[in-house]
Amino acid sequence: MKRKKDQWAFHLMMTPGMILLLIFSFVPMIGIIMAFQNYVPAKGIFGSNWVGLANFKFMLQIPDSKRIFLNTIVIAVWKIIANTIVTIFFALLLNEIRVRRAKKIIQTIVYLPNFLSWVVLATVISNLFSYGGSINSFLQFLGLQPILFMASNTWFRPLLIITDVWKGFGYGAIIYLAALTGIDPGLYEAASIEGAGRIKKMIHITIPGILPTIMLITAMNLPNILNAGFDQVFNLYNPLVMETADIIDTYVYRVGLLGRQYSLGTAVGLLKSVVGITLMLLANKLAQVLTDYRIF
Amino acid sequence: MVHNKSLSGILADILIWVIILLMTLSCLLPLLNMIAVSFSDNASATANLVGIFPVNFTLSSYQAIINEMQFWRSFMISVLRVLLGLSINIPLLILTAYPISKSPKVFGAQKVYMRLVLFAMLFSGGLIPVFMVVNNLNLVNTIWALILPGAVPLGNVILLMNAFRGVPKTLEEASQIDGANQWQILFRIFLPVVKPTLAAVALFTIVSHWNDYFSALVYITKTANYPLQTYIQQLNVDITQVTNPEKLKELALTSSKTLNSAKIVVSVVPLMIIYPFLQRYFVAGIVVGSLKE
Repeated sequence: MKRKKDQWAFHLMMTPGMILLLIFSFVPMIGIIMAFQNYVPAKGIFGSNWVGLANFKFMLQIPDSKRIFLNTIVIAVWKIIANTIVTIFFALLLNEIRVRRAKKIIQTIVYLPNFLSWVVLATVISNLFSYGGSINSFLQFLGLQPILFMASNTWFRPLLIITDVWKGFGYGAIIYLAALTGIDPGLYEAASIEGAGRIKKMIHITIPGILPTIMLITAMNLPNILNAGFDQVFNLYNPLVMETADIIDTYVYRVGLLGRQYSLGTAVGLLKSVVGITLMLLANKLAQVLTDYRIF
Repeated sequence: MVHNKSLSGILADILIWVIILLMTLSCLLPLLNMIAVSFSDNASATANLVGIFPVNFTLSSYQAIINEMQFWRSFMISVLRVLLGLSINIPLLILTAYPISKSPKVFGAQKVYMRLVLFAMLFSGGLIPVFMVVNNLNLVNTIWALILPGAVPLGNVILLMNAFRGVPKTLEEASQIDGANQWQILFRIFLPVVKPTLAAVALFTIVSHWNDYFSALVYITKTANYPLQTYIQQLNVDITQVTNPEKLKELALTSSKTLNSAKIVVSVVPLMIIYPFLQRYFVAGIVVGSLKE
């Protein structure tokens, strides 16, 4: 029921949050017009010259932009695919383990990397994959040549993808494990009586049981096609692998902010935002159609 | 469940255990290595002789950290930031999530606010415009620059909103009849019910403030005022600026690996302290928040 005095209480509660959103979310949106200007800090947003779509045209001409968009999409798509597969694989296997105590300990360990920052993990990873690091020692043990992973345009992207999966698979599995506990145990019992083996049960009961979750998570990942993971790339890349590792976000930071090319940086950021929001709306529709679930 | 005792069943069991253990060890060993390096002597560490146990055990790296004033200064800045961040994020989170959890029948303007929240969540001016706002407000080089731009963590707002929506309506209706106003209903009825989600959200907030290095990179120009993660990030910069492969090999050999490892270990200790609590609540937190009925 709607009560008059409640309305005021609600508005009052919303006020502080809305003021902060206004200042730090909505006002910056005005800054987007810099993307259509030749922004000069001394002249400010209202004094700078309008250039229409020149920044976007320039963006399409420079070789950098093709590289960063391509890198972003390639890295992000591989991350989404690898993450989804490994996470589900891990959840399914962990679900087969019946020793509760062991399961608990395993979960405690695999959730851990998710809570460590990329700053910390970058140090761990660069030690591990360094020229004399453990991975290379292992390769030499197998009789292979050591590889400069961190400086190789061939190896750097796989390194990004593998370490991203490594950080997230345990934590990502939580949602699937929750879905797995939701499956009716009676189905398994019935299948056992019918003589179905483990694999059969997995194909006919477990996978269909978590399929809505899989579809939902995949739909929610769609907007991430342009998020290749700034923190990870930023903390691991170096000039030697710029060719394959430079992504939109690192470019905006380096060229736009540090290089003070505000207009260009904003234009690139805007393009990314627009694509992102479109994909988000699409994902929401998709999730609704596929699983009857609204993300928002 | 009936156990299949056939040979192939046992083999499958073994295979599952082996794969799971390998994946688990892959998460554990690199971290153990980092700890072992921090307790080893520099010569063994740079020669890559350290596995998961320290070689030539020494506390010298930790003794060296004790005297590094900048490390502790950054450490304290991070602590201060977490405390300030929590005390600003949590009240804002509660006050924003509660009204938008109501149906438009109860709160007439709910739809408008909900749209604003979603719009702010989906669309952002981007790094550079936000930087310019912070700059114009003269917040650069203050701790507020690290806290205020993200003062209303929208993802967590949605999480908490869903938790509020899960509170039985009858509870609220009963207290309305008793004449309670919305503030009383929020604090006396809703908050106690959503405690687990609130705990999860608070812990996420602590972790994200503690782990954030990037805000300070953008908003703090005096390196003396860097929080801990940014301080540690700067230790890595030497390596990321290298332009030729030979130099990269060289740096790996000469860098103060044990000292840096010890710094990282100390920086992770606070997270390890809250990790048991974190683990208790985050499962409930994310499952409730993302899989609402």
